[in-house]
Amino acid sequence: MKSRARAALAAFTLSLLPAFAPAQPTQPATTAQVTEFRLDNGMRVIVNEDHRAPTVAHMIWYRVGSIDETNGTTGVAHALEHMMFKGTKDLKPGEFSQRVAELGGRENAFTSKDYTAYFEQIEKSQLAKVMALEADRMHNLQFDENEFAKEMRVVKEERRLRTDDQPIALLHEALYATAFAAHPYRHPVIGWPSDLDHMTLADVRNWYHMWYAPNNAVMVVSGDVGPEQVHVLAQEYFGKYQGQPIPRGKPQDEPPQRGIKRVTVRAPAENPYVALAFKVPALHDIERDDDALALDVLAAVLDGYDNARLSAKLVRTDRVAYDVDASYSGIARGPVLFILDGTPAAGVTTEQLEKLLRGEVERVAREGVSEAELNRVKNQLIADEIYKRDSVFGQAMEIGAMEMTGLSYTQIDRLIERLRTVTSAQVQAVARRYFGDDALTVGTLVPLPLSGKKPAPATAPNEPLR
Amino acid sequence: MNKKPMPADTMIKFLAFVFFSAICAFSHAAVQIQSWSLSNGARVLFVENHSLPILDLSVDFDAGSRRDPPGKSGTAAMTNALLARGIREADTPAGREPAMSEAQISDAFADIAAQRGARVDDDRSGMTLRTLVSHRDVAIPLLARMLAQPAFPQDVLERDKARAISDLKESLTMPGPIAGRAFEHLLYPNHPYGLEPTEASLQAITREDLLAFHARYYVANRAVIAMIGDITQEQADRIARQLTSRLPQGAPLPALPPVTIAPGREERIPHPASQAHILIGMPGSAYHDPDHYALTVGNYILGGGGFASRLTQEVREKRGLTYGVYSYFNPMAQPGPFQIGLQTQKAQTARALQVVRDTLGDFLREGPTDAEVQAAKDNLIGGFALRLDSNRKILASIAAIGFYGLPLDYLDRWPEHINSVTAAEVRAAFNRKLQMDRLSTVVVGGSP
Repeated sequence: MKSRARAALAAFTLSLLPAFAPAQPTQPATTAQVTEFRLDNGMRVIVNEDHRAPTVAHMIWYRVGSIDETNGTTGVAHALEHMMFKGTKDLKPGEFSQRVAELGGRENAFTSKDYTAYFEQIEKSQLAKVMALEADRMHNLQFDENEFAKEMRVVKEERRLRTDDQPIALLHEALYATAFAAHPYRHPVIGWPSDLDHMTLADVRNWYHMWYAPNNAVMVVSGDVGPEQVHVLAQEYFGKYQGQPIPRGKPQDEPPQRGIKRVTVRAPAENPYVALAFKVPALHDIERDDDALALDVLAAVLDGYDNARLSAKLVRTDRVAYDVDASYSGIARGPVLFILDGTPAAGVTTEQLEKLLRGEVERVAREGVSEAELNRVKNQLIADEIYKRDSVFGQAMEIGAMEMTGLSYTQIDRLIERLRTVTSAQVQAVARRYFGDDALTVGTLVPLPLSGKKPAPATAPNEPLR
Repeated sequence: MNKKPMPADTMIKFLAFVFFSAICAFSHAAVQIQSWSLSNGARVLFVENHSLPILDLSVDFDAGSRRDPPGKSGTAAMTNALLARGIREADTPAGREPAMSEAQISDAFADIAAQRGARVDDDRSGMTLRTLVSHRDVAIPLLARMLAQPAFPQDVLERDKARAISDLKESLTMPGPIAGRAFEHLLYPNHPYGLEPTEASLQAITREDLLAFHARYYVANRAVIAMIGDITQEQADRIARQLTSRLPQGAPLPALPPVTIAPGREERIPHPASQAHILIGMPGSAYHDPDHYALTVGNYILGGGGFASRLTQEVREKRGLTYGVYSYFNPMAQPGPFQIGLQTQKAQTARALQVVRDTLGDFLREGPTDAEVQAAKDNLIGGFALRLDSNRKILASIAAIGFYGLPLDYLDRWPEHINSVTAAEVRAAFNRKLQMDRLSTVVVGGSP
């Protein structure tokens, strides 16, 4: 199912509050109105001017995520994100949110494999006040045992909601844990249940002191502001903090895979589902990593628009699947996966769908792709450059995500330019090179019936539930 | 783009809720809405905005799921989805227009990187389009043909019915959607708002049903067209005509039954999930309700204002019982639901329910404090600009103003209306709308 799979993938980024859907960091922003500077303490500030409406998105990105965690304390990056709302020397627990609300603002935070980010959206005259609040909690966070205990209960409820009771999310958790034996991408962002049970206040406090420093942070301000104003404010509120040595973890590189891996999850569901994860190159150098660019185009040709290959063939014409997807993003701090997944139609098995999905990549490997398909994908890249400017928040998301993964927002235009030069032969070459058994992990969801599925008789009106 | 023929019902409700929030928060930043009617009866709302070379538009009809024929729930959504699955050949004064397959339609939009979307809720059904303004001459005629000349191919209908049934069965294994359906049934036992598609109702839908539904409801005189973007009023007028010129005139629609409010009931449904999913509510308010502003302020305080809300404070912040708890009024053409929702570890179900009921009971009895009312106003009015800061958000709001016949100065006057609300008015409005003994409760997967 499209929606199921997307929901599961989205679960790799966790928000403090439910019901918030961050704008997807899709295609790159123009650099025309973007300004960057660095404070003396090493904190970087990027200002994206957009004067269409009197609003501002203010974000603080810390370059620390679950990729930096080790076994035993998985989930600590996300747990700290929750604690960041629990008070500072000057603010009581919850007061941060209350202050932002009184300013007419919206705020939230999210943790991913690669980073942890905090943001406020406000009317532009309130920028100084929210920046002061963010600066305060970068340095003055308080750690109260009682608040921590309550918040860990909330985090465990979040895990139940997002993962434990979601068959597709469980399958994707198992898929990553199987595909990666050594690299920390094997851990779920929210953490393993046992690690959450044993998380201590000291774990989150240490995490905070180790990683939350101006020289490990990037501020992104997008909207109706000028760079001079932001510079003055950033200097005033963040300039007073000292930079500190940021730990450089060991790489924990994934050893080569030497054969197909398989994992099965059995959970209450109606439809079976299968996901194929191939280890493929990430995008680290826009000028040299041609294969990553070609993989991006391959994913778009397979599933980048309504009538793209996978849906056209497997769902609409042959009717062997109810839903199919292809996804790839090379922009990451660690190793990346190219994922094909889908729900087989009635009468089709997951084994058959697995072969059919791979068959579509093999077809590209044999025949290449048409000019019409390439043009469609490239036209979309160009249009997205314009469409994305309708959202100041989306632009801030894109800039921040690029910066966190080691690329620069200044390369966004160049990335689009490079993607537009990808040829059918290049797409064909990556389809041949990266989709063999040795780099493949297959995850299969085996549906279990719900026991006690029948509704119980309604109780008498208004009798409290016991 | 919505690839799914039948979006899950919970998603529809959720979007409606988001949408309502968007409307509510408008005001002083002037949005100049131009509005007029075409000779065929279609209504147009237009905001001229030249800051980006794009055009966003929507076309809506009174063709939501409340118009589903008896025993054939899902017809409205299926009709809407199949508008994109084939166009029939047609003769026009300008010449013969060829038939188009679903692949040709999709590719035509993809070639110009236009984004087409579908929208179906209880009241409305329609389409949205985002295009580069330079490509509107390709996108608009295509959209016009989809709206007026659908082919409804039989084999595609069979395929999409199978997919819709598969989606439905999947959703019936999930505690959230199970709770949502049961909740609708409890709130609206005798009204189309309470009907949901079933395997049998989807199975029963025929091509003739789609043709009849389309002919009756996709008509020019009930079309509402909303537009924002890089065009002039004259161009907007031409586009509106293009979009509706092929549509017929429709006869007046039958009245729907009134929403009646029954005594509250409770339903517990077993489920193996680790959390219980809880919904509490009753029919709440419709558009044009004089209590609208008091309910908006009050609900912010009760359960709409994120961490600041009483429900979040009591259930999550003080007790750690949930990841998320919320409340909302979802105004519709007829009274839409007031709803409180949360999930909690099964063993905590009774405790969480008690906290929610106590919180709501206190709120109804005592009303909010003056300080809470002021904090709500600060947020709602101070954050108003955030609701207007993109073409997409403005489009959603003017589309609702058009469809529900709200005054054109609704947005301009919204802050002053919010600002005039008092604590006493909030309490009175909440007590007019909600009574503890009429609230229904659904618990999926609770402790025995």
